[in-house]
Amino acid sequence: MKIGSLENLKRIKEEYQKNMNIEQGGQTPEGQIKILVGMGTCGISSGSRETYNTFSDEITAQNITNAQVVPVGCIGCCHSEPTVQVNKPGEQPVLYGNVTKDKVREIIEQHIKNGKAVESLSLEINFDRM
Amino acid sequence: MSETAKNPKQYRIALRNCGLINPENILDYIVVGGYEALGRVLTTMSQDQVIDEIKKSGLRGRGGGGFSTGLKWEITKNQKSKDKYIICNADEGDPGAFMDRSILEGDPHSVLEAMVIGGYAIGAANGFIYIRAEYPLAIFRLQTALQQARELGFLGENIFNTSFSFDIQLKYGAGAFVCGEETALINSCEGKRGEPNYKPPYPAEEGYWGCPTCVNNVETFANIAPIILKGSSWFASIGTEKSKGTKVFALAGKVKNVGLVEVPMGTTLREIIFQIGGGIPNGHKFKAVQTGGPSGGVIPEKHLDIPLDYDNLVSIGSMMGSGGMIIMDETDNMVNIAKFYLEFTMDESCGRCTPCRIGTKRLYEKLNLITRRKGTMADIDAIKQLAYMVKGSSLCGLGQTAPNPVISTMKYFWDEYLALIKDIDHPRGEGRYQAKNKIGLKS
Repeated sequence: MKIGSLENLKRIKEEYQKNMNIEQGGQTPEGQIKILVGMGTCGISSGSRETYNTFSDEITAQNITNAQVVPVGCIGCCHSEPTVQVNKPGEQPVLYGNVTKDKVREIIEQHIKNGKAVESLSLEINFDRM
Repeated sequence: MSETAKNPKQYRIALRNCGLINPENILDYIVVGGYEALGRVLTTMSQDQVIDEIKKSGLRGRGGGGFSTGLKWEITKNQKSKDKYIICNADEGDPGAFMDRSILEGDPHSVLEAMVIGGYAIGAANGFIYIRAEYPLAIFRLQTALQQARELGFLGENIFNTSFSFDIQLKYGAGAFVCGEETALINSCEGKRGEPNYKPPYPAEEGYWGCPTCVNNVETFANIAPIILKGSSWFASIGTEKSKGTKVFALAGKVKNVGLVEVPMGTTLREIIFQIGGGIPNGHKFKAVQTGGPSGGVIPEKHLDIPLDYDNLVSIGSMMGSGGMIIMDETDNMVNIAKFYLEFTMDESCGRCTPCRIGTKRLYEKLNLITRRKGTMADIDAIKQLAYMVKGSSLCGLGQTAPNPVISTMKYFWDEYLALIKDIDHPRGEGRYQAKNKIGLKS
């Protein structure tokens, strides 16, 4: 189905936005919690595929319906791969580093379910996006 | 809405979507405003208006050349030819550089969209992405992106229901650093051995199969859509007077925060290395930073406060290059560093022109003698002569810039060269670095 005009493009954008709720930082007040797992070559070589799979498996197993795992590109913090960013609606995003698959459960229990960021793993977000 | 940092030093334009969207889903890209720039260009702007916008923004080639992108597009557009081509240089041969790989793996659609915009501006119906075969994940993500873009009609016939048709093909490199040079790249695309040609004629006049061809870097393309969407004056407001916008650097070596940073032009090296990079680990002291890969020079502590831009770096004997930044501490021997880069350029020389083919090899042999403490002052004189000869008479950029590490280490760390000649028991002589193979080397 080809997009033949700017109006069509706008319509597709709005439809998908409503369904998936991906804003620039995922900070809309309502919507899903987004778990962004860095899947560039740097991340994958440090084990982010296992991290991603563990997140998906845990979320399905524990039936957490308001969270979603998204594979994304390199976030730029290659010194602490695998990196995971958690975007909760209405809050500042939190960036975690060195999230190997054994740390996934801690993040889910503490941050996703109970809303408290895991300080020991978090990194500073020191960039602005345009 | 963007994430606001407490003390933002980085401002992401080329990396705007990396780490935010799923690169294998075109709908994610559309939600963050993707392909809107293309729609606007094709339905409301003429070719000259697009080129004018890019020229006014001041965008310069991010592959290292720093040539005005708008001007390159204008020259290609003004050539009279039925067939024209636009090529994306995704070869990224510099050791330690991974900016283009991250853009291609994290946000491939931004490159595709910019190529269609570029093709429209110059009047090309076909584009190529020349990507090195050592990037299999980037290749896979590009193939997925191309397929999805074709399905939604952003590539192919009558894009956005206009009369403009454009498609992109992938071409794969085979491991040659010299194929990052645009004429060697075009020769490689044509199926020939990757050797550079004389310039002029420039590829914009005669390139792929003799047709006008515009070769741009991945990061240059990544900046195009934001310029169209937010306007050239927004882009021109960032950076210095002659170097506009931001640049992505790949920090590597002896620094705490290894990774990618994107900073406005004009940021100082000290800010990048110590504030964003976190400084030197394990209590060591900063010694030098190497910018521009094997084509660049080293920069010592006294120049750390220089605002980064294309011209400032050239004035101190280095260059911006594609953005690789290798940081060294006091345990690194600068002669060894020069020898390492010479070994690389000597291996990668295509052999077409004598100064580079033989000159880089003799330079390497002399440096080898010196690091093994068998060198004399006559060898150092020979190195100086050779370096300037290779620099001045090589055919292409590889040979012209291969001696830069030697020249700049001699300029700033002359005492290390002398110490290896005069002191038999120098504590940091040959050091850890050993050449990979010694076949064909004298002594």
